[in-house]
Amino acid sequence: MYQLTEEESMIVDMVDRLCRDVISERAAQIDEDDKFPHDIFDLLKEQGIFAVSFDEAYGGFDTSIHCWVRIIERVARESPAVALMILINAVGTDPVVSFGTEEQKRTILTRLTAGEAKACFALTEPNAGSDISSIRTTAKKIDGGYCLNGSKIFITNGAVGDYFSVFAQVDDGIDRKPTCFIVSKDTPGLVIGRKEEKMGLRGSVTSQLFFENMVVPETSIIGEVGQGFEVAHHTLNRGRLAVAALAEGVARASLDYAANYALERVQFGRHLSEMQAIRHMIADMEVGVEAGTLLLDQAASDYQDNSKNLMKHASAAKLYCSELAVRNSEAAVQIFGGYGVCKDYPVERFYRDAKFFTIVEGTSQVQRTLVAKAVLKEHALES
Amino acid sequence: MKITVCIKSAVDTEAVVALDGQGALDSDRASYIIDPYSEFAVEKAIQLKESGAADEVSVLCIGDEASMPAMRHALAMGADAAYRVDDPLLAGSDSSALAQTLAAALRSIDCDFIMGGCKSADTANAQLMGRVSVILDMPHIGVATGVDLENGRAMVRREIDDGVELLDVALPAVVTAQQGLAEPRYPKVPDIMRSKKKPVTVWTLADIGVNVDMVGEHAAKTVTHAFKLKPERVGGRIMEGEPADAVRDTVAALYNEAKVM
Repeated sequence: MYQLTEEESMIVDMVDRLCRDVISERAAQIDEDDKFPHDIFDLLKEQGIFAVSFDEAYGGFDTSIHCWVRIIERVARESPAVALMILINAVGTDPVVSFGTEEQKRTILTRLTAGEAKACFALTEPNAGSDISSIRTTAKKIDGGYCLNGSKIFITNGAVGDYFSVFAQVDDGIDRKPTCFIVSKDTPGLVIGRKEEKMGLRGSVTSQLFFENMVVPETSIIGEVGQGFEVAHHTLNRGRLAVAALAEGVARASLDYAANYALERVQFGRHLSEMQAIRHMIADMEVGVEAGTLLLDQAASDYQDNSKNLMKHASAAKLYCSELAVRNSEAAVQIFGGYGVCKDYPVERFYRDAKFFTIVEGTSQVQRTLVAKAVLKEHALES
Repeated sequence: MKITVCIKSAVDTEAVVALDGQGALDSDRASYIIDPYSEFAVEKAIQLKESGAADEVSVLCIGDEASMPAMRHALAMGADAAYRVDDPLLAGSDSSALAQTLAAALRSIDCDFIMGGCKSADTANAQLMGRVSVILDMPHIGVATGVDLENGRAMVRREIDDGVELLDVALPAVVTAQQGLAEPRYPKVPDIMRSKKKPVTVWTLADIGVNVDMVGEHAAKTVTHAFKLKPERVGGRIMEGEPADAVRDTVAALYNEAKVM
């Protein structure tokens, strides 16, 4: 497993203290209010956490993707909605990082690292979820730029975002060419739609977006016209790594709460922890967390090394950790019994939050398809 | 104005503390942090620097490589330099020997104002910095909850049993921190990254001119025989009912059950 450097360990320790002292105290209220927690965003900004994953040239730090993944996992143990803030600022601007021009990077990334701006990744549409090739948002070439029309749905940070990576189809008369545009929030024609009332990840604001003859300049294209899906797939690898970390955090928190409760709760004259049925549940939760940690570490190393196995391992980590979070949170609620479905204890929130992870950034079904394709390709090559 | 803060790498008393069969700390299972009282002092020193009342803050620690995380933490908070005295001959030293060592190190550091914790959270002997001030022939003000520096003097606030004391002392002086002096900051990522480049000087006893006859187990004036863990706290009982009834029941319990009256 990757060994954090001394500085990375100090950063993760600092985040651990923030989690114990501040974020843990606010997590339940953030879920209850379901409003973007600007105070927590400002705290993370003040501490420099948004800059952790970015290049030093744009205000970031010389830290590894492993450090970023561990921060997200740790914060997710208290509040996945808060951890999602850290995730989306990096994932939302991954197109700029990986395919942007120097001018785009200087203008946008320096604001992100300073916590002066929030990012969004606007790909999903009402008729294009798993099937991203079905996006219908159009980008018509006009003099000096493009005119976009269409809509997006389930966009994290939609109502608070400053920069939107928007995916649209450029129709050049011959073909439809998926293209990524970077759009700022004050662009005329960008309309923020209603906030989704979600069962979990409350506090992370998810919105619809509408583009009504929204004109953007040529300079807003990320990469090249027609490179949109390549940009999207690159971002999805990072997104899957991060969602795996989110899910691992929830899985671990579920285990911690369940184990501590089992050591306290007495029924039939014995602690729950002495009962085999409970012990087996705890064991399964623990083994899952250990396996998830290793899969996550492997995927992060692949990302760091730009390994050819990145897609397979990122998908595998996301698939495993997300389903683990669902299993572990369900087991935690079960172990808590009646208290598990009451808001006095956090396990009901873990249960509501966990379900998102098997859906976002590619459903478990999509991840299985991707892993199978990769494995079968390897075997076909060998034979 | 240069401030030096004496810090300790202490056992984290909020984590699991385990003892071995002989009543000694199981150091393999202990986790170490910057002692909280030292941390209050470091935070105050950095605030004084940030306000312009001081120009430089350094930290001083006695310990081996295992104390580096505590020192790095202080550097990441904003201290400018760190000094560490590391010598195997210090093993088994008591407060008297440690005070001699700190005093010798402080003589080698150019500083105008010395701070530290009024005690440590783990061993809580609460005498080290007082001893240091006597050795250095400096005034000492303990359990401070407020410090300001002005015109070569320190204005110190300390809480006493029936009020607040405000003291004014000419520098150089030693002031030790009580909880409430300053809420320690969480080191920020840029400061953590910068801390790596800050100088850390490591000294042996010979480097700072400490007589080896004054340190170590053979020179100890006090001996710790064993530690014991605090007994597990028994659950309390809530006295229900009207206040008058609850008071009566409480008095009866104190008399008949707890037998403290």
